[in-house]
Amino acid sequence: MIQFRPIYVICMREFIKFFREKSRLLGTLARPVLWLFVVGNGMSALIKPQAGFSYLQFIFPGMMGMTILFASIFSSISIVWDREFGFMKEMLVAPISRLSIVVGKAISGTAISAAQAIIILVLVPFLGIKLSVMEFLEVTALSLLVSFCITSLGILIAARLTSFDGFNIIMNFLVMPMFFLSGAMYPVTSMPPALRALTHLNPLTYGIDSFKHVLLADATPPMGPEFPLALDLAVVVAVSVLMLTLAALSFRKKE
Amino acid sequence: MSIISVQNLSKHFKSLKAVDDISFSIGEGEVFGFLGPNGAGKTTTINILCTLLAPTAGTASIAGFDCVKQPDQVRSSIGLIFQDTTLDSGLTAYENLKFHAYLYNLDRKLTEKRIDEMLSVVELMGRKNDPIKNFSGGMKRRLEIARGLLHYPRVLFLDEPTLGLDPQTRNTIWEFINTLREREKITVFMTTHYMEEAENCGRIAIIDHGRIIALDTPQKLKDLVQGDTIHLVTENNERACAEISELFGIDCHPENGGLFIETERGEEFIPQLIHRLPVRVKSVNLRKPTLNDVFLKLTGRTIRDDVLSDDKEITREFVRSHRRAQR
Repeated sequence: MIQFRPIYVICMREFIKFFREKSRLLGTLARPVLWLFVVGNGMSALIKPQAGFSYLQFIFPGMMGMTILFASIFSSISIVWDREFGFMKEMLVAPISRLSIVVGKAISGTAISAAQAIIILVLVPFLGIKLSVMEFLEVTALSLLVSFCITSLGILIAARLTSFDGFNIIMNFLVMPMFFLSGAMYPVTSMPPALRALTHLNPLTYGIDSFKHVLLADATPPMGPEFPLALDLAVVVAVSVLMLTLAALSFRKKE
Repeated sequence: MSIISVQNLSKHFKSLKAVDDISFSIGEGEVFGFLGPNGAGKTTTINILCTLLAPTAGTASIAGFDCVKQPDQVRSSIGLIFQDTTLDSGLTAYENLKFHAYLYNLDRKLTEKRIDEMLSVVELMGRKNDPIKNFSGGMKRRLEIARGLLHYPRVLFLDEPTLGLDPQTRNTIWEFINTLREREKITVFMTTHYMEEAENCGRIAIIDHGRIIALDTPQKLKDLVQGDTIHLVTENNERACAEISELFGIDCHPENGGLFIETERGEEFIPQLIHRLPVRVKSVNLRKPTLNDVFLKLTGRTIRDDVLSDDKEITREFVRSHRRAQR
């Protein structure tokens, strides 16, 4: 069912295109910088450091989550582009399985998204966060895991979108709420109960919390991690598997 | 020895019979054409043959493989050139071909050789590493043909291969297809609604409302139309029609603000006609039989834009409701 060479070439295509589109890479890097240093610094005037951790340090794991969220959704939406501009047909009439297409898109989306999150780590020294080699590797592994989860969600959405019109709806009614209701900007425990309930349903919440376990290990709530790491990992893995399975199924049915 | 065999094939979308019980077979090396207006069922048939759509009823096989039960074998045996471009404009010509080679699992050493070979055939060797977003419509088509042939398919499907191209490019594309066909001994299955393009086929199936209404060589089809066609525009077409029937005892079809008359030796008939017709003639046009006349004869309509827009509208309406239903 899974064929190696088609998956390899589907990934290569995404990587080539990613490196060619300079504006995409620039946008990815500019967004977290903007949030950190403009929004973050502005908010720092209101929120005083607590137990030795500043607001800028607090939102950094959230910025990694945001980078992954946008990068993963953007990567998987390429399926809609492919369909709109006809390239999907080239893949659909080739002697390869639908699963190979889905897996190829998932691997490439995950790698591109995680790479962007890891690039964001160059900002770490400016924020006074210290990162050992071991911790760097842990963040890398977590980035891959969270990217895979969000990319799978994106592929599921893309498989169900029939046209490009749905893209704005997804951005406004899914991606933005996922960002704001994820514990990226404010601690989950301090939210009103209704919003907190929604935040608990958001897989990104657990992804960002897992980053806090490494990047803000010494901090305590509200600045530090709010859930056990085991729970974070369990939710991210479970959601990934569920999303990718549903995506593969709906892809097979639709096309 | 048929390479494509289709038996009692039907495809229904809700109440629309897009393909309605068609049967035909195509021999190896043949150039076979589907001619008909948009919405006649041409693309639906191609989509079933290339395993993108499941038929409602009937069977289809290519190179001995069943299109429903053995999709991977069928897909390896065919090359496709779709109506709309399916190239990735963010990649170079070479990268597009290489992507294809990997999907079709071509041998690694063979890949480079084939890519160069195909690029030379379609005269794009000099543009090998150029991004195709800078290519013209004709160049993109040629590259798609190169890509469709890269894995040496036994059947090449061309869905409206020259749609939207200027006549000169259209001719160039056809020269390529004919050269390639002779070299590679492949079978070509094409759809078109251009009459001139259909003349390139060995045999033509005329398709309308999902049914095959005629199937023969272009010459035999043209023989169905007796003699020449005169297109006449007069001050009162209805009256002229009635007069012509009475005076000369021949049929006439009103169409597009004028009328069509079929007759032997049109050039000798025209002076008589103008002399004896009591209605003033505004313009007259004599044509030797073409496939358009065959279509007119068989359906009572021309494959013209007014007819086209009707069918397009039906298709669009159907697609809209189909999409709504899916949501």
